[in-house]
Amino acid sequence: MVRILGFLVGLGFVGVAAWSLLWGAIAYVSEPPQETVEHHFHKHARSDVNFTFDGPFGRYDRQQLQRGFQVYRDVCAACHSLRYVAFRNLHDLGYNEAEVRAIADQWQIQVPSVNPDTGEPATRKALPSDRFPLPYANDTAARAANNNALPPDLSLMVKARHGGAPYIYSLLTGYQDPPADLPAENRPGQGLHYNPYFANLNIAMPPPLAADGQVTYADGTPATRDQMARDVSAFLAWTAEPTLESQRQMGLVALIFLIIATVLGYLSYQNIWHGPSSRRVRETGVLDPENQAKAAEAKSDAGIAG
Amino acid sequence: MDGVRRRDFINIAAVSFAGVGGATLLYPLVNQMNPTADVLALAQIDVDISAIEAGQAIKTVWRKQPIFIRNLTPAEIQAANAVDAGSLRDPQSLAERTKEGHNNWLITLGVCTHLGCVPLGAAEGENRGEYGGYFCPCHGSHYDTAARIRKGPAPLNLEVPEYEFLTDTSVRIG
Amino acid sequence: MSFPWAEEYRPKHPFMRWMDDRLPLPRLVYNSVGGGYPVPRNLNAFWNFGVLAGLALVIQIVTGIVLAMHYEPSVNGAFASVEHIMRDVNQGWFLRYLHANGASFFFIVTYIHIFRGLYYGSYKAPREMVWMLGLVIFLLMMATAFMGYVLPWGQMSFWGAQVITGLFGAIPLVGEPIQTWLVGGFAPDQATLTRFFSLHYLLPFVIAGVVILHIWALHIPGSGNPTGVDVKTPQDTVPFHPFYTAKDGWFAGAALTLLALLVFFLPNYLGHADNYIEANPLSTPAHIVPEWYFWPFYAILRAFTVDFILPAKLWGVLAMFGSILLLFFLPWLDKSPVRSGSYRPTFRIFFYVLLVDIAILGFCGGMPAEEPWVMLSQVATIYYFAYFLIILPVLSMVERTLPLPNSISESVLHGEKAEAAPLGAQPAAAE
Repeated sequence: MVRILGFLVGLGFVGVAAWSLLWGAIAYVSEPPQETVEHHFHKHARSDVNFTFDGPFGRYDRQQLQRGFQVYRDVCAACHSLRYVAFRNLHDLGYNEAEVRAIADQWQIQVPSVNPDTGEPATRKALPSDRFPLPYANDTAARAANNNALPPDLSLMVKARHGGAPYIYSLLTGYQDPPADLPAENRPGQGLHYNPYFANLNIAMPPPLAADGQVTYADGTPATRDQMARDVSAFLAWTAEPTLESQRQMGLVALIFLIIATVLGYLSYQNIWHGPSSRRVRETGVLDPENQAKAAEAKSDAGIAG
Repeated sequence: MDGVRRRDFINIAAVSFAGVGGATLLYPLVNQMNPTADVLALAQIDVDISAIEAGQAIKTVWRKQPIFIRNLTPAEIQAANAVDAGSLRDPQSLAERTKEGHNNWLITLGVCTHLGCVPLGAAEGENRGEYGGYFCPCHGSHYDTAARIRKGPAPLNLEVPEYEFLTDTSVRIG
Repeated sequence: MSFPWAEEYRPKHPFMRWMDDRLPLPRLVYNSVGGGYPVPRNLNAFWNFGVLAGLALVIQIVTGIVLAMHYEPSVNGAFASVEHIMRDVNQGWFLRYLHANGASFFFIVTYIHIFRGLYYGSYKAPREMVWMLGLVIFLLMMATAFMGYVLPWGQMSFWGAQVITGLFGAIPLVGEPIQTWLVGGFAPDQATLTRFFSLHYLLPFVIAGVVILHIWALHIPGSGNPTGVDVKTPQDTVPFHPFYTAKDGWFAGAALTLLALLVFFLPNYLGHADNYIEANPLSTPAHIVPEWYFWPFYAILRAFTVDFILPAKLWGVLAMFGSILLLFFLPWLDKSPVRSGSYRPTFRIFFYVLLVDIAILGFCGGMPAEEPWVMLSQVATIYYFAYFLIILPVLSMVERTLPLPNSISESVLHGEKAEAAPLGAQPAAAE
């Protein structure tokens, strides 16, 4: 009964699926799906850009992170928030307590607070315990100041985009003139800029790293556009995953421990199944060599082929 | 059965090794309940005391608890020193409760040592009790000008937190 | 356990005797996972996955409880609270990544466990209840995982919730009210988030209860084995402890090594980048996809693209739920008296094709709903339903099976070329 009903239900689903397949196939053949313009011109993140934190044993380069932070502060922070990072986290970059305090104190955006006398909204200088204050009060204000485009928060940007740090690097260095064969409707309109690394080719952000030497690095490294792009990408990788190095350190210990535990476990398993202490179980068992020999003898006595 | 015993060592070794691993796993599970980094970051605050005049006090918050910062007047300091510290319920002199060179600054927790209410006396016009310091309305504990318990059920003086003067006008508490 | 040669529990330590006299828990443990539970001696690696699934459940519950100490179930604070866990909570990143990857681990081991059941006929009499309870566990796992994924309130969390709760709207007549009731509003919002948090915390304990029933139901007939031949004599079995505690132990070590590899070195490999963007009800992601373990079902859902009496969307929903519900009927669809695929050569071929088919469905589920993935999903969906509802019932009536070994011991002794008798013949002269 179940089988009959099942059969009918099965025919039903198979039939309707086949019907959908038929119409899908007809549509596919009669008007094959065209590659979209975006797909044709879109470029994946460059694979030729390396970072010190690549690979299972990679680590951050603190000097690079400090340079990247400088780029963020001088180029990006005016529009892009970093809301999940606190000033005190900058200790990880190698800054000491006094330097962190100074960075917070001198930060160009102040933290919202309340005037203690009047109760009116006010601002105050940042403390190390504060997170980076938002450049705009809210999304509407952000859009109003940026031609209706919303500069996204950058704390997690490296994890929030397929391609990670290489994608950020490619995007920042990828601004170029639109190719000649780009159709008219895909050309960047007012307030947009062509960048093939961006998903729909035209990005509202104007090229942020427009010229060499835009930032003067404290450590004296020449600030070429390429260098700045690398450094800020590394910095953003750190903001997205500040615990990366601990993860890998702990991971190595955990893996070594687990491999040893597995090996010990395997040896113990072999000992239990095939070692002498299991003899009591095996003695009465068919597998014991003595019993096997007895069985073979019995068989040959009885004339049965072994 | 020595042969058997020797071989069982591997079983014991395997179980013990795994057990150590299991115990180690307990550490993050327990440690995650300890204060998080953002809470610990607020464990220390810097307070600007330049606006507090003699005879005034402010209330502020440190580690989510009230703090009283009072600028003692010379009369208050004298009243505090006039008492024999040894005769008090919680013997402490004003000097022991303030910093050298800044003994007009009395910084204490605003938490009554009886059962935890916030005593009155820090703000303008509040009842300062019979000893001119702080007064806890919950069960009638009176603290003197050095915030020492003088009358009422509280067992100890108001707690003095760890603090240091960064400058004459800025104190770091915690 | 009903094997007469099972060792009786005889506590040696006086405390254990005291305890057992008052609350027979020690006896219960001994009889279910100790020396008192005889298990076929020929179990292979595929029998390890049930225990791994239990381990995965424990990992999820423990990490889940500690994460819940820091998580904030509010639409404005949820995403930030997860970042708080990742950055500020001591070893918070470890707990979060273990919980997220632990879910994937749970599903991988459960899928292998289910495929073991499908291949070796574990669902057949007398283990039908074990099978059905297992399916209930699977459904609860999917509900739990779905709700758990919504909690971080990222883009995929929100839009996944939007899509899946929207499916309920496809049910004729009662669909819309059910959807509104489920969501607590007109779109996933605060009400949805808090109730998902409450249920996500609750369901794993319901799963634990059903797991106990699942194991209890199993222990009545005892475990199956790769030959599908019942246990006949004491030579066929070994006590669970120490034989299978040791085997499960080392295998768990190997499985945890793989989990550790994911958690510490590739924590976001199985995830989706879009879930690191805060939920925005006004901006739909380019491609909404669930987590990988839902991809085969997602492919089936999207395979129905043409209306036929019922709207295509409804067909998709019916097929998606139907693909799991039909498994409840498997013991009655597949009536072959031979349990194990090892002795059903024709069945084996169709089974391997099913594995490839499900892999294809999984792959297509992760792709955008474009050609040629849709057509591929349609072909794969056709085979999936045909396999369970048409092929298996027919096959179980007409297939030629291989002769079964007389007993487990015999099959272990002689291997595949056992001195076997055709089904039903008397065993050879006693040895």
